[in-house]
Amino acid sequence: MALYSDKVMDHFQNPRNVGKMEDADGIGEVGNAVCGDIMRMYIKVRDGIITDVKFITFGCGSAIASSSMATEMIKGKPIAEALELSNKAVAEALDGLPAHKLHCSVLAEEAVRAAVKDYYDKHGVAYDPAIFGCDSCAHGHDQAPGEA
Amino acid sequence: MYVYADNAATTALSPKALEAMLPYLQGEYGNASSLHSVGQRAAEALQKARDTVAEVIHADPKEIYFTGGGSEADNQAILSGAMAGARKGKKHLISTAFEHHAVLHTLKKLESQGFEVTLLDVHKNGVVSAEEVAAAIRPDTALVTIMFVNNEIGTIQPIGEIAKVCREKGVLFHTDAVQAVGHLPVDVQALGVDMLSMAAHKFHGPKGVGALYVRRGVPVVNVIEGGQQERGKRGGTENIAGIVGMAAALKEAVTDLEGHMAYVTGLREKLITGLTQIPHSCLNGDREKRVPGTVNLCFEGIEGEGLLLWLDAKGVAASSGSACTSGSLDPSHVLLALGLPHEIAHGSLRLSVDAWNTEEEVDHILQVVPEVVKYLRDMSPVWDELERGEATHLI
Repeated sequence: MALYSDKVMDHFQNPRNVGKMEDADGIGEVGNAVCGDIMRMYIKVRDGIITDVKFITFGCGSAIASSSMATEMIKGKPIAEALELSNKAVAEALDGLPAHKLHCSVLAEEAVRAAVKDYYDKHGVAYDPAIFGCDSCAHGHDQAPGEA
Repeated sequence: MYVYADNAATTALSPKALEAMLPYLQGEYGNASSLHSVGQRAAEALQKARDTVAEVIHADPKEIYFTGGGSEADNQAILSGAMAGARKGKKHLISTAFEHHAVLHTLKKLESQGFEVTLLDVHKNGVVSAEEVAAAIRPDTALVTIMFVNNEIGTIQPIGEIAKVCREKGVLFHTDAVQAVGHLPVDVQALGVDMLSMAAHKFHGPKGVGALYVRRGVPVVNVIEGGQQERGKRGGTENIAGIVGMAAALKEAVTDLEGHMAYVTGLREKLITGLTQIPHSCLNGDREKRVPGTVNLCFEGIEGEGLLLWLDAKGVAASSGSACTSGSLDPSHVLLALGLPHEIAHGSLRLSVDAWNTEEEVDHILQVVPEVVKYLRDMSPVWDELERGEATHLI
């Protein structure tokens, strides 16, 4: 059995929305090089809608695939909906991730939230800080049903 | 073109080894312990294989114990050395930080049983110094175990010098020679080692079979209790086909060993010269003291698993000390032992070629690796920061 699902391999080899964005409204970067995964997500926002998304990622196959999938899942969506994106939803959309790779989907969720927070901060949008209260709890999220 | 450049992981079975094995998988199914002629033919084949392996490493056939592979041989050697020491009240073991896990995990187990373990520095170049081994030996040292060739970076250790130091101080010395046998001249007499492990599948023999050389007079402890097989030191009906295949593959590997070494060294040098031209890359391990076929490089700004998956898609089978391949978050313990920072060690690539590889295959690798490195760097936030001068290049 292959390590990754066909969906993961597809998003790894044909990543959607990959690249940098020069005029982003919000940029979020999570992870660190010591651990081996960094995701940077760029968003463009018009009237509360995420009109464009880009990402660049340093990391393994599932980190790249998770970033790619997350960008597809929030593109064209209202910000409120993007904030509801869960790591579980990302992993499920990829037809599952191996158990030890689930943290990649957590990073994708966190990258989206970090980009939205940056957009709010830069554009003076008032928000309840509690909605970003779990920036640092990379290990406490729901575990998606992945394969071992 | 698909190039298999992961021969340090395992090798293809040689047709000659397969041919030697087939009779023992078909008609000659005897148990070497049986008294009837079917069994005695198996016993003869076993003896011939033992003679061959012994001859290649200049040992006596009685000093060869066949095992279920290199890991088992390592386990048995270390347990034997440790127990021999413990009987005299010696419970100190010396090794290095970059051994194979078959060694490191056995040492860890012994540590939990009251042994003390000293792991020597392997320095930036991945080579242990015999002087440091001498300095680490204490009156209560039972065993020194140091690998012949490191499996990830390919560096050769001064085994002869270390063996001399150990002998002078009366300490047993084992070497895990799994990456050396069949690739370098290995002569247990000239080296002066007490125990040496080998594995068939690293030199085009079958998987699941290996051997432990134990110099006469060194007491051997069982890992597997059972019948009187292997002079009572390894229970279980012998894997005759596997053992015969191991001997045939070893014989083939050392026929014109010098010629093979020169050829494979040429392929390796071409790889090193070509791949170190990639900006912000580095060769891991000593430039000269290395086994002919193994190259290990780091590329700054990328992560190893993505590199491997892309190389596979583009027709190159390689490996990496990448964290993600092993399921842990830490990069290779070998690269960390060299003192490489985590962020560099994550971007490692091991290519291991041998006499079965061709110049054309090396050319394919040299074409594909730079393309994939560039592609991954272009989508890496780490590389972006380096390029913009927001972070400093480490290599």
